[in-house]
This record gives sequence, structure tokens and C-alpha cells, in this order.
Amino acid sequence: MLYHLDRYRLAAVALLVVALAVLAAIMAPGLPLPDPDAVNTANRLKPPGTPGHPLGTDEFGRDLLSRLLWGARVSLLAGVGTAAAAMLLGVSLGLLAGFYGGWAEVLIMRFTDILMAFPFILLAIAIVAGLGPGLRNAMIAIAIVGFPIYARLVRGVVLSVREREFVEAARALGSPDRRILGRHVLPHLLSPVVVAFSLDVGAKILTTAGLSFLGLGTQPPTADWGSMLATGRQFVILSPHVVLLPGLAIFVTVLALNLVGDAVRDLLDPRMRAA
Amino acid sequence: MTRFLARRLLQLGPVLLGVSVIVFLVLHLSPGDPAEVMLGANANREDLERLRHQMGLDQPLHVQYLTWIGHVARGDLGRSLWMKRPVLGEVLERFKATLLLTGSALFLSTVGGIALGIVSATHANSLLDRLSAVASLFGASMPVFWLGLVLMVIFALWLGWLPASGMYAPYGGGGLRDLLAHLALPAVTLAAASVTIIARLTRATMLETLGQDYVRTARAKGLGDRVVVWRHALKNALIPIVTVVGVQTGYLLGGAVLTETVFAWPGVGTLVVQGILARDVPLVQGGVLVIAVSFVLVNLAVDTLYAWLDPRIKFQ
Repeated sequence: MLYHLDRYRLAAVALLVVALAVLAAIMAPGLPLPDPDAVNTANRLKPPGTPGHPLGTDEFGRDLLSRLLWGARVSLLAGVGTAAAAMLLGVSLGLLAGFYGGWAEVLIMRFTDILMAFPFILLAIAIVAGLGPGLRNAMIAIAIVGFPIYARLVRGVVLSVREREFVEAARALGSPDRRILGRHVLPHLLSPVVVAFSLDVGAKILTTAGLSFLGLGTQPPTADWGSMLATGRQFVILSPHVVLLPGLAIFVTVLALNLVGDAVRDLLDPRMRAA
Repeated sequence: MTRFLARRLLQLGPVLLGVSVIVFLVLHLSPGDPAEVMLGANANREDLERLRHQMGLDQPLHVQYLTWIGHVARGDLGRSLWMKRPVLGEVLERFKATLLLTGSALFLSTVGGIALGIVSATHANSLLDRLSAVASLFGASMPVFWLGLVLMVIFALWLGWLPASGMYAPYGGGGLRDLLAHLALPAVTLAAASVTIIARLTRATMLETLGQDYVRTARAKGLGDRVVVWRHALKNALIPIVTVVGVQTGYLLGGAVLTETVFAWPGVGTLVVQGILARDVPLVQGGVLVIAVSFVLVNLAVDTLYAWLDPRIKFQ
């Protein structure tokens, strides 16, 4: 039972799972696997355990193990990439709003308020509708939808740090804004932002997979866990493994990432420790 | 209370305006040309120009927005390029199905989540409490569309207990029983993640409330466990629970898009996705606007509920 394991041992197992997934994704081109896009209609929908295809094949006879590993590259990169982009955008805007205040703050914060007035996946869908379906546009959309959380978090921290004595002292000594931000404000942001980021990557993988599932993200024939589910679901009656495997890959990876995120939070911010 | 409500209603204006600007702008970034979508790729230049002029697409962006929002204010969301019908009627028809699905999921997750949370708090560290902790971890990590497919495989294909997709049976359906049978799997799928979130939060706030002095006083007076938990503790624990239920409503409205697609549920979500693939801008715009506005209204309702639950809030 998961719960009986020591929290940190659980996090260590989760970290191992994440490391394995990343390693598999990096190594995929070098592994002795069939081409993930090679169609072989004579071999379609073979069950797991078929010789030459340990996890079976999909509706076009493509090797599922190969597609899962190649798909990991797309899904993991999309998750980390969108979370990182959202973080960079959010941290920059949050710093600007919190440190300088005035019109910049009003504009930025009202804009984030309006973005947060949308259910986030719906806004992502609307942005993809504007930009056109495809993985790159889906990632842009998810990053735009994701930045307000970071902006709010950072602005809150900056507002409280801005008024502290050490910032006042630095200002009195004549430090320029850039130095105050870099030396005195940024270090205070590190731990809350790292915690938010580590919990965000899994959520971003889920959202990217969701958009691909709707046909708005990765386009065929590129393998990605979400699009594998989307195309496989027509064959769910005949061959449930075509759908079960990519879903399981998403679930296990995101679960592991969330566990690692929880552990990072416990380490960096003991006050926020999960109940 | 009236002043509080009036102030919140005043704030509603700018938010709705902002939402409409975003919906408009986002869909006008699109590289595609609606006139081309309507006439097809083989249309000649003059016809395209004429249609662009008729549709106002040759006007500056702000003029197009003002024209559009003027029509929206009069209840005209334009005509669908793909269905050749007014968007409003189509979206509202589909919105009923989305509302039914989201409402059922909200009901399941709120009732289930609060009940599970209370039992977890009053029996902390019991087997049920631990199972609920593991479930919440799973709930946050499981793709909702995958859960839907798994439930569909088990309950519709293997066991044959429930229909796999749609809102009514194609032949001989239409009754309440038929509707409920079709609703069961999508509603449970959509509610799954929210149940666990509401349950964990209810557990945490109930544990905190149950440790307060007034609860001890109530117990010391000799009140029964049930009265203490339900009448004394729960009401005070409700405010954070209402907050999270409000947030979850937004999640459910958004997540409904994915669930609707899995189960071919005829809601706004599937309509919007079909609209995107058909490059039907007015339809997508209308669908997104209706869901976003209903989310804003849900948030207003949640705020009003706070003020009713905790009279201190309206004085802040």
C-alpha cells in the first residue's frame, strides 16, 4: 500500500520513475526499436506479448513500445517546456507588477484576473482555435493560460519583500533597481517558484495530452501520449490495450511528478507540508 | 447584503468586458479567413472581397469588435459558417446538455466529497481515510479522458450495464431512465477528480474546526456526536469548502469539454471542438463566450454565498 511507505522513500521511488521516463525519452532514438511511424497493416492491433512487439501494435500496425517511448519525448518536453515558459512569463510580469507598482501593476494584475475568469482548458482551446491546431500552438496556448498563477504568486512575495529593511538599506546605499531585484528580491522567490513549478509540470503534461486528445495538439503521425489515446479510442472495443497503455504512461508519469513535487515542497517550504 | 451585492455586480461589468475582448481578440489572431472558409478554396478574388466587405472583415479590428459586441448585447452571436444557422440557438441547445452534465458532476463531487471528508476527519488515520488520501493523489494525476475510456470499457463493454455514449438511445430512448443511464458514466468521470479535492479540503478544515474550543464546549454540554459534527463544526468549516467548490465548478465546466468528447455527449464542448476543426469562428466564439460568462456568474454566486455564510465578509 502506497500510504504505508515512508514519505521520502515514496518520493525516491517517484524520482526513479521520472528519471527512467526521462532516460527512455532521451535514449529512444538509440534503442533497437522499430520506426514508431512505420505502418504495417498486415500486423494491426496485435495484443501485447506478440513476438517482436512486446506491447503489441496499434491500428496501423505500428509498434506500441516504440511509439510510447518516442511519445514520451514529445509529452515530457511539452510538459516541462510549457511549465517553464509559463513560469518565465509569470515571474517576469509578477516582478514588474510587485516591484514597480503603479500602472504596470494595475494593467498586469487586471489582465491576469481576466485570464483567470476563464476555465483554463477552455481558454487554451480558444487560443489554439485562433492560432490553429498543432503542438507548438498548443504549447503557446498552455503557457499563456498558465502564467497568471506564477504572476500572482511572485507579486505577493515581492510586495512583502519590497518593504523589508534590507531592501530599504540597499536603496539607501544607492543600489540600482537591477541589483536590488537580483541580489535581494530574487532569492526570496526561488523556493516558492520552484515548489510551484515542480507541482505544475504534471498538470501541464495532462493539459497538453488533453489538447492532443481533442485533436488540437500533436498532429498525426507524430506519436504523443494524448494523440495516441485519441486515435486509439476508436478501437477500444477490439483492442483496449491501444488506449490503456498510453493512458497508463501519462498517469504513472504525472503521479510520479506530483509525488516528487510534494517532496520538493516539504523540503523547501515545511510550513506548506501536506496534511 | 444589498450593498455588497451591488458592489459585486458593479465589478462584474469590467470582467465581462475583459472576457469579451479576450474571446474576440484570441479568435481574430487566426491566420484563416472566414470568407475563404465560407466560399471554399476555389473562390475568386472578387467574390472573396465582396464577402469580406459584407461580413465587415475589411474594417479595423476595434470597429469589428464594437460591431460584434453590439450584436452580442442584443442576443445575436452571428451565424455558424458550418451549420448555416444562428449560433445562439445552437449554443443554448447544447448548453442545456453541458449544464446537466456539469451540474450532476458538481452535485456528485460536492455531496460525495463533503461526506467522505467528514468521515475521514472523524475517523482520521482509519483505512477509509488512507484510501481517500491515495485516491486524491490518483485523482490529481489521472487524465480525465483516460478515466472515461477505462470506465467505458468496464461498465459499457465488458459488463454491459450502462450505455457507452450519447445522451439518449437512438431507438426507443428519450425517457428519464434512459437519460440517467447515459448520464451516469460521464458524470462520474467528470466528478472523479473534484470529489477527492473536496474531500481532502473538507477533512483538513473539519479537523481544524473539531479542535476548537467551542466544539469542546458543545461536547462538554453533552451534545451528541452527530449534532456537534453536523450543526456546530460543519457550518464553520463550510467557507473554505465553498471556495473550493466554486473553483471546481470552473474546472468542471472546462473539463466537460474532454468528458463530452469521450462520451459523445452533445454539449457546448463538443460543439466548440467541432467548430475549431471546421474553422467556424462565430460558432467557437459563441460557445467559448457562453461558457466563460457562466463561469463568471458562478464565481459571483460563490461570493454571494460567502457573505451569507459569514456575515463578517460583507463589511470588509
